[in-house]
Amino acid sequence: MFQWFHRLAASKNFYRLAEILGPLFGVLGAILLTLGVYRGLFVAPTDYEQGESYRIIYVHVPSAWMSMFVYMVMAFCSALFLIWKMKLADIIAEVSAPMGAAFTFLALATGSLWGKPMWGTWWEWDARLTSELILLFLYIGYMALRASIDNRGSAARAAAILALVGVVNIPIIHYSVEWWNTLHQPASITKFDTPSIHISMLVPLLMMALGFTFFYFTNMLSRARSVILEREANNNWVKDRFRENRL
Amino acid sequence: MGGAFWALLKRDMLLAFRRRADWLNPLVFFVIVVTLFPLGIGPDPGLLRDIAPGVLWVAALLATLLALDGLFRSDFDDGSLEQLLLSPQPLSVLVLAKVLAHWLVTGLPLLLLSPLLAVVMQLQVVAIPVLLVSLLVGTLTLSLVGAIGAALTVGLQRGGVLLALLVLPLFIPVLIFGSSSVIAAASGFAVDAQLYLLGALFLLALVLAPPAIAAALRISTE
Repeated sequence: MFQWFHRLAASKNFYRLAEILGPLFGVLGAILLTLGVYRGLFVAPTDYEQGESYRIIYVHVPSAWMSMFVYMVMAFCSALFLIWKMKLADIIAEVSAPMGAAFTFLALATGSLWGKPMWGTWWEWDARLTSELILLFLYIGYMALRASIDNRGSAARAAAILALVGVVNIPIIHYSVEWWNTLHQPASITKFDTPSIHISMLVPLLMMALGFTFFYFTNMLSRARSVILEREANNNWVKDRFRENRL
Repeated sequence: MGGAFWALLKRDMLLAFRRRADWLNPLVFFVIVVTLFPLGIGPDPGLLRDIAPGVLWVAALLATLLALDGLFRSDFDDGSLEQLLLSPQPLSVLVLAKVLAHWLVTGLPLLLLSPLLAVVMQLQVVAIPVLLVSLLVGTLTLSLVGAIGAALTVGLQRGGVLLALLVLPLFIPVLIFGSSSVIAAASGFAVDAQLYLLGALFLLALVLAPPAIAAALRISTE
């Protein structure tokens, strides 16, 4: 099992795997996103309380999920990298950070757009929006730290430690913000919470969530491939592929 | 191990007292930031009383942050940090001594000055003991968490702004519980919950931060 893992982690083998899986995930993601958008925007019924504007959840909720999922991927890869010195794990963490930040920003922007008709304001100090904002700060700090250390090895390990410190703090921040929120204002209308979302609304939501996940993996794999090529530019397998024009 | 802890603590305290700017500057910064609020908002006592807990806590947090930048800097520059890393004593214990010494010279004066500023900000007198307790536990936690960031950025030329970016989001829980304990005390409510949570955060940081600081220092000095 471990040997298999190590062979996979070799850049050359991972590159080959990413070449196959990337486009596959891309096609699956495109199908799911198309179906999800169609069913979410045209087929799903109008909400009787929120009207049409509830439909923004088909972008908002998957982005919010992904913003946290990507941080978990980053933290997991950082642990792998610190413990077993797997370079591949570092590459995945590195290329995931900007994507995670983008998902977080998207969740914030769509949350704010939804807030205007619902709460009557662009920004409400709602517990979840505030946590998302802090998560965005954590992503930015991670990328800034990585960018400001010149030595690649040190940058990778410093960033990995920061990601692990962040992952310990995320639940603490989340619950303290929630506590702060309930203390300072009556619980806001968080209709995303409604447990009894109708099945015709839920199915497109799950499709979008899965589509977002596939999109993340496709994009992450293709970014990882270019980082591998950059780092291994002097290795023979890269030169061979370059000569045969199959990068 | 205990001997090394005390020796390092004594050394750092001595060094700090010889360089007065190290502990005076954050203190003066704390005073000036608090002074800016009445000037920016207006001298209305009621308004000042309402915002006093938050202002005092945010100012204390920023002063701690300002002081953190120098935590490992001089030791890094003159090479004594590397000697520290080479010593046979566990590095986690040594960094704990450094953080404690740093807190004693920068955090403790902040704490002692805060009642004065609380009076200036019209905070109710009953809330002042709670302010002191929350700042005592809170700034210790901030020093421990912030030291991770200081260790990560010590090798960088302009680490100051980056340090703020790294550690300020991690300071948020301490700020929330700290300032809300003072708000609760000022309005006559029980403050046990907030103080217990601050204590829990402090214990968590006390256990988890030293190994992270040690690991970060090893990366920064290679």
